[in-house]
Amino acid sequence: MTALAAALYIGPAVALYIGAGVVLLADLVQGRRAATGLLSLVALAVAALWAIVQMGSGAEGPILHGALVADRFSLFFTFLLVATTAAVIVGTSEWASRVEDRGEFYALLLVSVGSMVLLAQSNDLITLFVALETTSLAQFILAGIARNERSSEAGLKYLLTGSIAAAVLLYGFAFLFGMAGTTALPGIAEFVRHAPEGLRLPLIMSFVFVAAGIGFKMAIVPFHGWVPDVYQGAPTPVGSFLSVASKAAGFAVVLRLFYSGLGGAETLITEDWGKLFAVLAVASMLFGNIGALVQTNVKRILGYSSIAQAGNIAVGVAAVAAASTVGPSGVLFFLGTYAATNLGAFIAVNAVSERLGSDDIADYAGLFKRSPMTAVVLSLCLVSLTGLPPTAGFIAKVYIFNGAIQTGQWWLVALVAVAVVNTAISAFYYLRWVRTMILDEPTDDRTIETPGGAQAVLLLASVGVLFFGVWPTPLIEAAQRAAAALLPA
Amino acid sequence: MLTLFLLLPAVGALLALFLPKERAQDAKWIALVFSGLAFLVSIAVFVLYNPHVEGYQFVDTFDWITADTAGFAISYTVGVDGLSAPLVLLLGLLSVVSVLVSWRIDVKEQQYFAWLLFMETAVAGVFLSLDLIQFFLFWELELLPMFMLISQWGSGRRLYSATKFLIYTLAGSAFMLVGFLVLGATAGTFEIAELVATPVTEAAVPLTLVFWAIMLAFLVKLPTFPLHTWLPDAHTDAPTAVSVMLAGVLLKMGGYGILRIALPILPQQAHDARWILATLAGFSVLWGAVITLRQTDLKRLVAYSSVSHMGYVLLGVSAMGAVGLSGAAMQMFTHGTITGLLFVVVGLIYDRTHTREISQMSGLMHRMPVVGTVFVIAGLASLGLPGMSGFVAELTTFLGSLEVHPVATMAGIFGVVLSAGYILWTVQRVLHGPATEKWRDLTDATSWWEITAMASLVIVILAVGIYPPLLTNAVEAGIAPIAQIIEGVS
Repeated sequence: MTALAAALYIGPAVALYIGAGVVLLADLVQGRRAATGLLSLVALAVAALWAIVQMGSGAEGPILHGALVADRFSLFFTFLLVATTAAVIVGTSEWASRVEDRGEFYALLLVSVGSMVLLAQSNDLITLFVALETTSLAQFILAGIARNERSSEAGLKYLLTGSIAAAVLLYGFAFLFGMAGTTALPGIAEFVRHAPEGLRLPLIMSFVFVAAGIGFKMAIVPFHGWVPDVYQGAPTPVGSFLSVASKAAGFAVVLRLFYSGLGGAETLITEDWGKLFAVLAVASMLFGNIGALVQTNVKRILGYSSIAQAGNIAVGVAAVAAASTVGPSGVLFFLGTYAATNLGAFIAVNAVSERLGSDDIADYAGLFKRSPMTAVVLSLCLVSLTGLPPTAGFIAKVYIFNGAIQTGQWWLVALVAVAVVNTAISAFYYLRWVRTMILDEPTDDRTIETPGGAQAVLLLASVGVLFFGVWPTPLIEAAQRAAAALLPA
Repeated sequence: MLTLFLLLPAVGALLALFLPKERAQDAKWIALVFSGLAFLVSIAVFVLYNPHVEGYQFVDTFDWITADTAGFAISYTVGVDGLSAPLVLLLGLLSVVSVLVSWRIDVKEQQYFAWLLFMETAVAGVFLSLDLIQFFLFWELELLPMFMLISQWGSGRRLYSATKFLIYTLAGSAFMLVGFLVLGATAGTFEIAELVATPVTEAAVPLTLVFWAIMLAFLVKLPTFPLHTWLPDAHTDAPTAVSVMLAGVLLKMGGYGILRIALPILPQQAHDARWILATLAGFSVLWGAVITLRQTDLKRLVAYSSVSHMGYVLLGVSAMGAVGLSGAAMQMFTHGTITGLLFVVVGLIYDRTHTREISQMSGLMHRMPVVGTVFVIAGLASLGLPGMSGFVAELTTFLGSLEVHPVATMAGIFGVVLSAGYILWTVQRVLHGPATEKWRDLTDATSWWEITAMASLVIVILAVGIYPPLLTNAVEAGIAPIAQIIEGVS
């Protein structure tokens, strides 16, 4: 392993970190005139190009003494995270132009996403924890960046719960290290595969702590308390970043840790953690959907909806315990479509709230008349979140549920039954919102202008939602290739 | 050809949506042209369908999702047989009728006609799909247009009714998806033909559970007592055209699903359930009829009579024999035309009187002889008068079910007596009696769209009634393979 090859592998993350530095420097030198948004986009583009080169060269394998691993799986997340961040930056550029500390905003965003890219590559408990903490620290500040009371409260709440989650996660890691005697995931996997029956209980304890720690990132019940408050209080661009990128990173860690790290699908604890995620999935779906039913603030609706969607994805994680490749590819496919869908919804909400100065669902009445494009894209995204055809959300749900049922385990069939009932519940609040926008009469006839950047992102999101709803095969194949990389070779 | 039938309304819907604002009133012409073209295609399908050839005809297919390694290979496959060909014709016809009866819509015309056309595409997809996931996709696709149409262009408690419709249907179809996925995972394919050819005998969960998971969606849609309560609300608050589509074709999705999927794929479980189904059918017929008798709202009355009449479909199914199943399939077609016509007439009366209270009406025959006459024709067809299409279907159903389920059949026959009661009583109260001063200025139906809408349905009702082979040739050819499977188990 030459230094050059290592640089090729970690290039995307390095590019993002350097980008963050350049943004800060430009902000320092030029002040508010600095084109920090553009610089951030350049950094993201470099990272994406680098990842493409990396993919083209076919370079794969562990680097830096096994601390990181570059494979199809990490590449999938690199592309997903970079694209998400770019969409957030472009879609909310108008909001950012009015933020005092936008240099810091962009820099923190780049640090956070760079760490997430490393997170997807982590192959060792230590790098994993460091990357997770780096991305979290940046996010704590981002949540509070608006510097008003609500935003500060959100930031503090996020920080406190996040710190506890980190401590719990570390405690779980300590258990694993204590038993396996190594922090490298392949080593732990090897140990778990041959672990004697007597170690079952300590192993269960360790993965329960780990799941609790990462559950915070994935926003699943019962580690969800911060979600509605932070989504409502933090600036919407930050909320959209958290709901898509941070959640994706959380699931990336879970797949890497539980699927490769805990020895794949044939160990003595496989079914235990599968059932743990089944329980978490049921709790998240029920809590998220029932919570969303009574909300009148659109950001809180999206917050609760994101908890419920985490439950849907957790169905795929639970299936991983019993299936070989379908489960992880279902999670990856769902995350891909969810990124387009939820970004569309958040950017649309951001564009509308900016103009309305309100997050009340009643103010969305007749949005179709006031801003047709925003209303149509937002409706499309909500229909996709419900999981109705012809959108990507439909395919994603059918695919992930199909993966769970294919395992032939009765408890996974039951889990899917709960999940589909939840889909019916969620239709209630998603479609009520759609109806309000499309059919109700507006209280105010003034048109709402959507900024150009947001329009571009909305257009892309709706193309993605429709395209993968009608022709999902390319994304499914990419997800399958990425998932295959997780299998212990 | 079938793909054309599927796409025409969707194209029309997009065109209607993108019409410039100042020409919004032309949306109805677009709707008429595209639903009309689709109707022509459906006629061609029905006429060219050859009952002497086994299997599906006019099949269009390509691989849609090709993720074989994940067991997620889903094809787009459409085709018709003797079971679906009449329903395709019915859908084509009723779509045109529903566009015609919407001629006076003046609120958000573009969206209204677009949703109406989208709904036609969705329902067409349900009738044509030969792949379970594709079937489910179109089944779900129909929800949104219906929800929008009732909640915006309806009357009364329209949001409540639309939401109730949504929740009932989604709750039912949710379990259907689980059932489909279990079947697909066990058999390794989602294609209906293959699932029928190689029956699934064991799965991760008991197959009886799978059967009822799938049936639940169909029984809600049919609807069957006690899952029927969404229907009267939806009908009462829906605009006329939506009622026509709802009673005419959407309910048939339930019966069609039972005959196409539940029975042939899980024949043993269906056979085991025949007593339960017969009991539900008997209750639906009688309960529906009794409730109908005490309705004071004209539209609600027709809605409840649908519950009763769709009970015959389930009765025919529960007989699990060729005759009963043919009766069920025919009843679906004839009920679509007859109840569709009844809703058209009720809509025309409501347009003029602005009330649906039966007690408010009297002697309408004097004021609107054409509408009144069509009402009588539709009423007589509904109560099963010989010479009209309803008679053929009901008779066949009873012939098929009498031996197997004598009690339920007796209940069914008694239901016919009751329906004669409520139909004649309603005709007497609404049309006859003294011509009151209040309705002095009512005008008869004279515009071309009203006449065309009524005439087309009357012609079909009479034609099938006088010469049943028009319908029975196709239906019997379609039912034969299903009956063969179901009669093979015991």
